[in-house]
Amino acid sequence: MNRSSMQQNKRLQRRHRADRRFKYYGMAAIAFALSFLAFFFVDIIGKALPAFEQAYIQVPINYNGEVKDNYNKAIPRSYRYLVSRSYLRSLPQKLEKYPELLGTTEQTWVLASYRVDQYIKGHKGHGLKSKYRPHVEEMLQNKKIELRFNKQFFTHGDSKMAETAGVLAAAIGSILTLLITMAVSVPIGVMTAIYLEEFAGDNRFTQAIEVNINNLAAIPSILYGLLGLAIFINIVGVPRSSALAGGLTLALMTLPVIIITTRAALRSIPDSIRDAAYGLGASNLQTVWHHVLPLAFPGILTGSIIGLAQAMGETAPLLIVGMMAYIPEAPSGIFDATTVLPAQIYTWSSESIRAFEERTAAGIIVLLTVLLSLNALAVWLRNRTQKTW
Amino acid sequence: MTTADIFFWFATGLLPLSLMAFLFAQQKANSLEKEHGFLHSRPGFYGWYAVIKFASPALIVGFICSFLSMLGLVNIPGIMVLSTAFALGGISLWFGLKHIKHDFRARQPVEKAMTVLFFIAAMISILTTLGIVFSVIFESIRFFHIISFWDFITGTVWNPDTAFLIGAGRGEDAAVPQFGSLPIFAGTFMITAIAMLVAVPVGLFAAIYMSEYASHKMRNRLKPLLEILAGIPTVVYGFFAAITISPLVVEIANAVGLQADYTNALTPGLIMGVMIIPFISSLSDDVIRAVPQPMRDGSLALGTTHSETIRHIVLPAALPGIVAAFLLGASRAIGETMIVVMAAGLRPNLTANPLEGMTTVTVKIVEALTGDQEFDSAFTLAAFALGLVLLTVTLILNIVSTIVIRKFRQRYE
Repeated sequence: MNRSSMQQNKRLQRRHRADRRFKYYGMAAIAFALSFLAFFFVDIIGKALPAFEQAYIQVPINYNGEVKDNYNKAIPRSYRYLVSRSYLRSLPQKLEKYPELLGTTEQTWVLASYRVDQYIKGHKGHGLKSKYRPHVEEMLQNKKIELRFNKQFFTHGDSKMAETAGVLAAAIGSILTLLITMAVSVPIGVMTAIYLEEFAGDNRFTQAIEVNINNLAAIPSILYGLLGLAIFINIVGVPRSSALAGGLTLALMTLPVIIITTRAALRSIPDSIRDAAYGLGASNLQTVWHHVLPLAFPGILTGSIIGLAQAMGETAPLLIVGMMAYIPEAPSGIFDATTVLPAQIYTWSSESIRAFEERTAAGIIVLLTVLLSLNALAVWLRNRTQKTW
Repeated sequence: MTTADIFFWFATGLLPLSLMAFLFAQQKANSLEKEHGFLHSRPGFYGWYAVIKFASPALIVGFICSFLSMLGLVNIPGIMVLSTAFALGGISLWFGLKHIKHDFRARQPVEKAMTVLFFIAAMISILTTLGIVFSVIFESIRFFHIISFWDFITGTVWNPDTAFLIGAGRGEDAAVPQFGSLPIFAGTFMITAIAMLVAVPVGLFAAIYMSEYASHKMRNRLKPLLEILAGIPTVVYGFFAAITISPLVVEIANAVGLQADYTNALTPGLIMGVMIIPFISSLSDDVIRAVPQPMRDGSLALGTTHSETIRHIVLPAALPGIVAAFLLGASRAIGETMIVVMAAGLRPNLTANPLEGMTTVTVKIVEALTGDQEFDSAFTLAAFALGLVLLTVTLILNIVSTIVIRKFRQRYE
């Protein structure tokens, strides 16, 4: 082999090496994104799992006469610090309801305070004073403290006491808010899409609406919050923090998503369907209502579910319209002060007590489960109903 | 009667009355059909015609009254609004029903009314844009009456703490609040730049791999996985950044002998970058696949390797679309709120060191509007001025990227 062809050979090898390297860069990029995803889920689930168990403690409760005035008198001093105050607080009421309990003593399992809970879960920064630790250890040995499934997390609203804080109020708030969002944005979005696709001609005005919708889809969500605050709350007079204010704000935000997906669904219906309907004497409206819409329905449904999932995870505009208040009770109407799941996660994450961290992660798991199942449902629907005409 | 009550009674009155109008008119059309043979339109259309005749005056009256009382021009008692609305609706229905004869074409007016309804729905998206623009501009103008626009844009000190004293009428003995937002813009820029440094290479290479190397099946599996990254709520990313990544960054910085704040600019930047990866990768993937196959074939036929074809032929051809994807990604990063609220600092800080705490436009908006401040104080109005800047910048980015993408599509279609 002569010199020049050897050189050429070397150059070719170098070029092929560069070729392979280039492919590896692509693989590395995808590996990076996917490993981040895996790390994220492992981390969050790891942080959340402890929150699904809660410490309970067996203590003697003494229903003496003093309990009505001072609930702390119901249990021996050494236990007072270990028991959740929310339980002790409920004792005077219980005594009022069942007066026959007066003067009796019972051994009963009650919710432990968050300090005990965090201590036996082995967290640093549990806040349990060292003088109580031997006592807790001894009770743990005697099986007088145990971890049980944390039912309270799903049956209670927010609380300042970490051990009783739950997601129920926020979940109901989310449902109320999203009901309003959907009730407003789906009809308006579908009607807009029908107008643009089936009724309006292709003129400057419809082009302006199209550009406008694409812009709305890319505007930062927090600006919708400013709109909600300035117009819905300050001008229209919708109550601040209410599900109505949040729902309307989110409705405007999801509107572009629903319009864009509905238009795509309408566009995928072949013109032969429309022509056949016209040929039988149907009007424009009849064609759309009887033929195009039913065929486009799965696509519209998929788009609505995706918009719903997006609205459900949104936080920033809701903070601006005031939906981050401390709401321990589920709202009873759309005008009541309400909080939603993401806002609840935000308020918990800014709590300084360590016990709230696992609650935050558990709240995140609840939210992510709902969101991922909604998205999976949308993908499943799309794959199931996808038609090639 | 509260406003909510009026709305409630309006709705509970309107729905059953409309239903009655529908049934009555349909009944009438049915009996006409028995008498005269087939009518021009289906009986349902006569029903809808009656509903439109009844509901539209009632709705218009209700809308005008609520609009006027919202502006505080007049204060009409609720019972009067309701009775006027329903009375007008009833009168109009009376005349409408008289129209229903065997030669009346109900379909035309119904179609027309529906088109108007669809048109109104389409106008709502325009109104939303106008609402955002005006709500931001009006409050900003009030803010710029207090603080000059130039000071706001170029000032380097953000010190609004005394603004509430002026709001409380004690302005004389307080220091002048300063609203220089340059440090805030710098923080936004820094965090956005870090995010783009992560998202652009990863997103672009992921797009190249998926469009040029991966099999169809592989691509269909990878894409939804990447999309999960975009579907995770930002508040969750914020928590993850603040609790997991931020201590990690501080530890690593300490290990190499650097000092890092817990609320450093690097953490939210990194996480935001990861969040934007799917945006960039799926948009770039689309434009790369839109490059015509003959261009690749021609290049490969000249003896180039696969990667040389991508680098010298495909990417330059797809460049406008890719740039548009970057711009859209940047616009998302600038407007992103929860990650920076939870993981970036609150203190405006003009620095080039990403390990220090910095703050962003969105953080300041949230801070100003979630506190207990009086709505009219300069502090809350500043949020709207910042919102105006945010709106302007993101709008420009979006419009430019839309134009670029459209030009690109025209070239290859």
